[in-house]
Amino acid sequence: MELRKNYFADQRKDDLHEIGQPRPRSDSPGHVTGKTAYFADRNFPGMLHLKMVRSPHHHARIRSIDTSEAEKHPGVVKVLTAKDVPHNVYTILILIQIGPEDETVLADGKVRWKGEAVVAVLAETERAAQEAAAKVKVDYEVLPAVFDMEEALKPGAPLVNEYHGQNYYLYDSGECRKVRFGDVEAGFAGADHVLEQTYQSSPIEHAPTETTGCIVAPEGNDRFTCYTNTQAMFFTLDNASIILQMPGNKLHFVGGTVGGGFGGKVDVIVEPIAILGAKLTGRPVSFIYSREEEMQISSPRAAEKVVIKDGVMNDGRIVARKVTGYTDAGAYSRHSPYGAQKGAGHYPGPYTIPNVWIDTYCVYTNRTPSSAMRGFGVTIGDFALEVQMDKLARLIGMDPLEFRFINAYRDGDMKAHRQPTEGAALIECMQEASRAANWPVAEKYLSMSSYPKGA
Amino acid sequence: MAKVPVQFTLNGAEKAEFIDSGTTLLNALRDKIGDTSPKGGCHQGTCGACSVIIDGELRLSCLTLAETCNGAAIITTSGLSEGGVLHPLQRAFLDAFATQCGFCTPGMIMAAKVLLDHTPNPSRDEVVEALSGNICRCTGYEPIIQAVLTAARSNSQNAA
Repeated sequence: MELRKNYFADQRKDDLHEIGQPRPRSDSPGHVTGKTAYFADRNFPGMLHLKMVRSPHHHARIRSIDTSEAEKHPGVVKVLTAKDVPHNVYTILILIQIGPEDETVLADGKVRWKGEAVVAVLAETERAAQEAAAKVKVDYEVLPAVFDMEEALKPGAPLVNEYHGQNYYLYDSGECRKVRFGDVEAGFAGADHVLEQTYQSSPIEHAPTETTGCIVAPEGNDRFTCYTNTQAMFFTLDNASIILQMPGNKLHFVGGTVGGGFGGKVDVIVEPIAILGAKLTGRPVSFIYSREEEMQISSPRAAEKVVIKDGVMNDGRIVARKVTGYTDAGAYSRHSPYGAQKGAGHYPGPYTIPNVWIDTYCVYTNRTPSSAMRGFGVTIGDFALEVQMDKLARLIGMDPLEFRFINAYRDGDMKAHRQPTEGAALIECMQEASRAANWPVAEKYLSMSSYPKGA
Repeated sequence: MAKVPVQFTLNGAEKAEFIDSGTTLLNALRDKIGDTSPKGGCHQGTCGACSVIIDGELRLSCLTLAETCNGAAIITTSGLSEGGVLHPLQRAFLDAFATQCGFCTPGMIMAAKVLLDHTPNPSRDEVVEALSGNICRCTGYEPIIQAVLTAARSNSQNAA
């Protein structure tokens, strides 16, 4: 790779010993010899297998649960329901004071999405656990469900999650995250053109090659070792501690090898219930998602809807941008309120726009809870913003790359959330991109710099 | 459940086990014999992470019943290096940065080995075709393809 050392030459250090030097990865010898130990590469004598009974309905009241036939099934050792979980209602981000607790480990009284965990069956073999799970009888009263974010926000929509009281996440500042900068209506009034477009995305599954799971071994001294492929070791340890009402020193988490994650393994779903199973049976417990569960049950990237309205001048300057973003959290918060909030800060894009107005909503629906995935909250936003940029350039008959040079933020520019721009280097990146892609731009753009204007 | 005897060689060593009839070769290798180098990604024959070589042919161990392997010679990634020296493919994967999470790596190496055993100097298209049954979610495949081509080149140099 060629390094362009002429950029920011006065800010560059060339006496570094590690950065820019190739180093072998410490884990690849294990990978190529098949010796790297993933959580499921352990096998304990007497290990039980956990299978989950899941809701077949998107939204339903649970009238009753009958586990008697399942308990009689050969090989079944224990059947767990909500009443067995010490602190059954939790939310992952409570660790950083983001509440309310809104999700159940095992459904209690109600299910809010199709696939929600209701009853856990522990048996000697995977097959026995599966057969017994099929014998659990749950009597549901199906309730009206809502799948569309705008429908969910309408008055009279079915209430998805009682712990919130309304179908949106209540931020400190109100029903959405807001950014206000300048006077957006005045900006539109003075613009040569106004373009409003709506962009939508579907949920996206990470599909890691290794499915989500863990193996828990009781250590015999009231301590439990949990081998897991979580991407969030301490989130998982601390949430398990809360859910199980066990001090953290009773829980020993072993991880570090993750067979693909991409954000899909940051939720705390399999570990607490597997530890509980090991605690109540005194035996090792394995809880591993089947491929079908991985695709259907694990939290995807949120579906998003982004409405962007831009005011643009004939000379290429964007003078006003109004964005309303909707993030489909599904039935529970998990990491979605954070994703929606990130979007609020991100929607102005890497552009300097004098008048900005942004609202982003985190909406609850009866869909699979969404959560982290590779830049969640900003990735779909970037897609929408850059498609919008191309449309704006076309609208005023300008080259799309030159249009971006005109609006690119540069060091010292004030961003809409009132953080001055530092170390942008966007101009320089676009200059390189212009050369690399053989997409010529006028000479005046090639002589621009991200350094403070006029400096 | 009926137990059946099964006997095969694994990476050259004789194995004899009584297994539950219907056990997949993947589960027999991992849970019974203790070779965890084949990985269970999908258990339905689509991800390739469990690929092993049976009598010279690339096979999905999750779709192969252990009891059908009587008398077979089975090779897994854990048996490729000899005396602590990496196989050229393992060396190439290591050097070419062709592993990230590592979960697909053993299956990829098995698929690549069968290709190079049959086609010592494959074209890029032949490498792509040979790896098409193996899913990787991290690397984007290009470093893996380059590793296989590199291993092929070093093989042909050794032969020359």
